[in-house]
Amino acid sequence: MLRLENCLIENGGFALHADLEIAPGSRIAVIGPSGAGKSTLIEALAGFRALSEGAIRWRDYDLTPIEPGKRPIAMLFQDGNLFPHLTVAQNVGLGIHPNLRLDNAQQANVQAALARVGLDGMGDRKPAALSGGQQSRVALARVLVQGRDLLLLDEPFAALGPALKAEMLDLVAELVAESGATLLMVSHDPSDARRIADQVVLVAEGEADPPMDTATLLDNPPPALKAYLG
Amino acid sequence: MADRAQPVSARAGIGAALVVAALIFGTLAAVVLRAEPGRGLGSADWAALRFTLIQACLSAGLSVALAIPAARALARRRFAGRRLLIALLGAPFILPVIVAILGLLQVFGRAGWLSDVLALFGLEPVQIYGLHGVVLAHVFFNLPLATRLILQGWQEIPAERFRLAAQLGADARAMRNLLEYPMLRRVVPGALAVIFAICLSSFAVALTLGGGPRATTIELAIYQAFRFDFDLGRAAMLSGLQLVLTGAAALVAVKVAVGEGFGAGLDRPLQRWDGNSTTSRVMDGFWILLAAAFLLLPLAAIALSGVPGLVGLKASVWTAALNSILVATLSTVLMLVLALPMATAVALGRGTVIEVAGILGLAASPLVIGTGLFIVIYPIADPFALALPVTALVNAVMALPFALRILVPRAKSVVGRYGRLSMSLDMRGLPFVLRVLLPRMRAQIGFSAGLAAALSMGDLGVVALFADPEFATLPLQVYRLMGAYRMEAAAGAALLLLALSMSAFWILDRGGRWHAEA
Repeated sequence: MLRLENCLIENGGFALHADLEIAPGSRIAVIGPSGAGKSTLIEALAGFRALSEGAIRWRDYDLTPIEPGKRPIAMLFQDGNLFPHLTVAQNVGLGIHPNLRLDNAQQANVQAALARVGLDGMGDRKPAALSGGQQSRVALARVLVQGRDLLLLDEPFAALGPALKAEMLDLVAELVAESGATLLMVSHDPSDARRIADQVVLVAEGEADPPMDTATLLDNPPPALKAYLG
Repeated sequence: MADRAQPVSARAGIGAALVVAALIFGTLAAVVLRAEPGRGLGSADWAALRFTLIQACLSAGLSVALAIPAARALARRRFAGRRLLIALLGAPFILPVIVAILGLLQVFGRAGWLSDVLALFGLEPVQIYGLHGVVLAHVFFNLPLATRLILQGWQEIPAERFRLAAQLGADARAMRNLLEYPMLRRVVPGALAVIFAICLSSFAVALTLGGGPRATTIELAIYQAFRFDFDLGRAAMLSGLQLVLTGAAALVAVKVAVGEGFGAGLDRPLQRWDGNSTTSRVMDGFWILLAAAFLLLPLAAIALSGVPGLVGLKASVWTAALNSILVATLSTVLMLVLALPMATAVALGRGTVIEVAGILGLAASPLVIGTGLFIVIYPIADPFALALPVTALVNAVMALPFALRILVPRAKSVVGRYGRLSMSLDMRGLPFVLRVLLPRMRAQIGFSAGLAAALSMGDLGVVALFADPEFATLPLQVYRLMGAYRMEAAAGAALLLLALSMSAFWILDRGGRWHAEA
């Protein structure tokens, strides 16, 4: 279980409250009006924002005092997910060891991850030599080698076109299905949620609600969500 | 848990800032303790104070007054070589002072080109030593700086304002009232203050072109009290006076508010519709030619007169050149060791303390730090034996404010852009510094290292204080050759110095950008 126990996240004059549980292996979309605190929630989970109150637990293990890089979490940001001065293979290798001292087995692991996301043989290129979709695939290959229990996506595919975005979401769905990781992804597009999420956490009016079944929620939206969906 | 986790600690930067502050305040304290109270300023000291202020006022005023029409011309004309000329305006910053002075002597000296031209008309040769020589050299160094500052003011006016002014049918006078004067009111006070502050601590120019009771700056008086009379008390008292002056001037330069801007534009390409009359074209051409000639003629003179001297350079010159390379290398390394942690700490939001320490380098005078270091070292070791490391250290501190201005914005953007990603990959501390911070800052590190190396290579300041007759850096050797009236050898050595300074800058700056992406 991922438990957010009575969490209060404050950011300037803004506060978000969350008290909810997420089952391991779930695929959750975090949706809600812009400015409601979707990214704030994800940042608190990843450890970039301190909690004012409450605790975050994963399998009864308290994550609250743990630094971002030590949490069982892989995260992709809206942008800047790759280091432009490192090669594709190095960018992926960072997921295994942050100082990039990799043995042969680990190197092979990197190559296998690249092959899995469809970038076989592109390890020596720099990110600038790849298309936007390929850059997203590199970031996903790194998520793969990180092998963390939780995957957080803060709209990393927002800049891609609709078809490419759908392709990436499908790849994400395949990858988490293979690894059994728990997925939380921020989205402002309900069709993303329908595409790969089985549950939705609605963030609105200072509160992150417990997860609800995606289809049920989107077919009968509560007033706050209805106003957002239009 | 800290409010915001960071990929790297600010401790090293705070430590570096403390070292800089300790060096500046420690030497100051050493000087103050040594200064005898109650002795007061003698008439020679008052004369030095008066001369320092007068030359700084004249230099600042003339530089800015000449820069206004030059910047206006550069702002509204497009011609082949314009970008090159604007880039060249940055060159005097890293030009060794002694090289420029030799060039100016070649053009404006008694036996110089200008005197030759005057002789054709049966006129007396010009006299360069004294107040007007000092001011001339200062204008040579600071006219380009003033032009760049004012040109920047022009470039900050959004293209939309020019379009609107043109649409309203503004003539030359209306353009001045609408756009130029408000811009100048904003930019000129700062430019005046900066140049005034720079000229206050002028040493090498006064040493070579001034001197004598009527043309001695305080920095030069410190040097003379120290070298000729070994009067540490008087040197200390003058150092105190100099510190008050530069401190006050630096404070004013920082304070002189940048008034209201012109608001933001949408970055439309700049197109100008004014200044199409023949008179304004001719006038603009005149100012551009004048500025270019004033900048380029002395440099050309050095190149021309240096070549013959280059062949017969003595071993002493090569030894001095080697010393200069050592000083510049050590100084650059020291600067980076101090500046990189400081810039990182500022980027992490630990700004105030560190930025103050960086600015201290602007207010501190090298001769004051040198005097203080001498007083501190004297009881325990032979200061003259330490000339090389002391010179390198003082040069590093002097380059620090400039280096920080280059490094801090980049460090901020790297930490802002890649800090969270690195932390989410558990890349903290050394791996973050080696894998992300330094590689991403390479161009800025190269640029600042190039500046520091060139400044140190050409520095004629604290080394004059510490060097015994056996030891010389190249600028000091050039000065000694000039003093011995061996002008051809001096010109040859100066050309070598110019080549060394420029290559040091070029190699380091280029090295930083080599194969660097995005």
